[in-house]
Amino acid sequence: MSAQIRESRDKSVGKGETLLEVRNLKKYFAVTEGVVRRRAIGNVKAVDGVSFTIARGEILGLVGESGCGKTTTGRCILQLETPTSGEIVFEGVNLEKLDQKAMVAWRQKIQVIFQDPYSSLNPRMKVGEILGEPMRVHRVEPNAAKRRQRIAELLTVCGLPAKFADRYPHEMSGGQRQRVGIARALCLNPDFIICDEAVSALDVSIQAQVINLLEDLREEFNLTYLFIAHDLSVVHHLCNRVAVMYLGRMVELAESDELFDNPMHPYTQALLSAVPVPDPTVEAQRSHQVPKGEVPSPINPPSGCVFHPRCPLAVDSCRAQVPEFRELKPGHWVACPRV
Amino acid sequence: MATPQAVIDTSELDQLRIPLRTQLWRLVRKQPLGAAGAFIVIIMSLAAIFANVITSYNPVANDLASMLQSPEANHWMGTDEFGRDILTRVIYGARTALSIGLTAAFLGATGGLVLGVASAYFGGIFDLITQRIVDVLMAFPLIIMALAVVATLGPGAQNVIIAITIPFIPTCARVVRSSALAIREIPYVDAARALGFSHARIILRHMVPNVMAPYLIMLSTFVGQAILLEAVLSYLGMGVQDPTPAWGLMLKGGAEEFLESAPWVSIFPGLAISFAVFGFNLFGDAMRDVLDPKMRRD
Ligand SMILES: Nc1ncnc2c1ncn2[C@@H]1O[C@H](COP(=O)(O)OP(=O)(O)O)[C@@H](O)[C@H]1O
Ligand SMILES: [Mg+2]
Repeated sequence: MSAQIRESRDKSVGKGETLLEVRNLKKYFAVTEGVVRRRAIGNVKAVDGVSFTIARGEILGLVGESGCGKTTTGRCILQLETPTSGEIVFEGVNLEKLDQKAMVAWRQKIQVIFQDPYSSLNPRMKVGEILGEPMRVHRVEPNAAKRRQRIAELLTVCGLPAKFADRYPHEMSGGQRQRVGIARALCLNPDFIICDEAVSALDVSIQAQVINLLEDLREEFNLTYLFIAHDLSVVHHLCNRVAVMYLGRMVELAESDELFDNPMHPYTQALLSAVPVPDPTVEAQRSHQVPKGEVPSPINPPSGCVFHPRCPLAVDSCRAQVPEFRELKPGHWVACPRV
Repeated sequence: MATPQAVIDTSELDQLRIPLRTQLWRLVRKQPLGAAGAFIVIIMSLAAIFANVITSYNPVANDLASMLQSPEANHWMGTDEFGRDILTRVIYGARTALSIGLTAAFLGATGGLVLGVASAYFGGIFDLITQRIVDVLMAFPLIIMALAVVATLGPGAQNVIIAITIPFIPTCARVVRSSALAIREIPYVDAARALGFSHARIILRHMVPNVMAPYLIMLSTFVGQAILLEAVLSYLGMGVQDPTPAWGLMLKGGAEEFLESAPWVSIFPGLAISFAVFGFNLFGDAMRDVLDPKMRRD
């Protein structure tokens, strides 16, 4: 599949002005017990102190196993979830400090594409309404005739016939629906789009098409993406930089080629060794170091470095000390004192 | 890689998209009882709408020359103590029963719809308080609640509607909320939030249309209950007042004084109440079977 994805990545982007900065973001979900008197019996530390920046025009990949907090990070940026602590700064403005009115205006600048193309579109609305409603409500295009025109353009840009405006979501295939989801994310002219596993529910043959579409759109509309995925080969081809998360923490962040050629954190190394190589002879000779044991529960995460129970390099100090996120090479950050 | 897969069961929603005629035909074939219910509902609606065409008697004017006549050619159901034609009053009574029943059922179910969806959407403390109030209100039987409201407001058609509407709201809110909680977690609601829509828009445009199945089921069962409640309140003298033709009221007059001497005075309004409630209940059950595959009995 990766061969079908065009290698159009411009390595120079990602060094411009900072668009989004996430500082020490934490999101804990209370786990409660009891029906009559609810008591908090613990916290799910879904995101536990994550920091990163995204430059305008960049695609930042966010990878990690299921349940490591990727979606929660995205939802906090979208303000669909209120962070427990930490700051989200977009275009130099701290989102927490915005009033209701400024928030509505700001919301238009950050959009999201969801994983599941079946449940992310309202089954009761025609495609034309799904795309037209935001433009009407936010007066992006108050004129009905012009709005229809723009809906047709959006559909065409996203690779759908303009007449699909009259269809209901259930009259379309998964790939077509996902294109509608992308068109919806574009309809308010956003600067930044969070793609939360935007292709992983699609057929493999369709994935490459949608990824190419996302890449084209980024160039055409000068967009910035946070690309959440668990498919590393897709991330390698699409993203400028890649961040790796494990159990709510960020363990490594580097330029895409650097991360894949020279992974430093033991978790990243294990994650990459699990990706099969297309050449069968090379594949047969590769060592597959799979981390021992299970991913621990985020309710009571391990002390110190959360990866220490599964880490081949772990020493006693890893049990006690939360590792510092260090810049080992320019632009290559690792949360491990042993490398 | 995961294959495309729907997270929610959309078959319930798809049910509503089937053309009405096909749905009706299915109802008749699969639900003979439901069809019988629908038949009664239709007859009753026609009687209510065309009452003044069907009968030439005046439902309220006294005719002391023909008091308490037993059923005969001119008065198929006989006359009451004021000489009024019972058939005429039964037909006009359908108008009273339907207008009160439909209004109360619609207001109660719609109030519950909005409250239930809002409760699920906002969640947290709002949901908690709303649901505890609903718990308290639902602890009272419908009739006790309705009686309490009429006792406070006084009798009369408008107050009867209020009295029946109020206990319906929590019942419907509870049912709708459980569906809305599932809808709340579906990404298109998150997408609507990310697009910066107002709470009212998300609730009314994005959530309410997707909980129509439980709403319609509640609405159809409420109509039968409302007709019965109205009859009970009127029978107890706390509902519609004389001379308005209302079945409960007719039953009261007939049963208390003339049960032995002129049984037709009470039998026919009594039968009308039974058939109407029976018809709406059958119709409501069939509606539930068609709209909600999970509750289907077979
Ligand atoms: N609303 C919630 N309430 C409680 N726990 C949650 C909630 N959302 C996510 N979690 C938990 O937070 C952790 C991270 O979830 P998520 O961000 O969805 O991971 P990912 O997207 O990386 O698979 C998981 O353990 C998940 O169970
Ligand atoms: Mg996720």
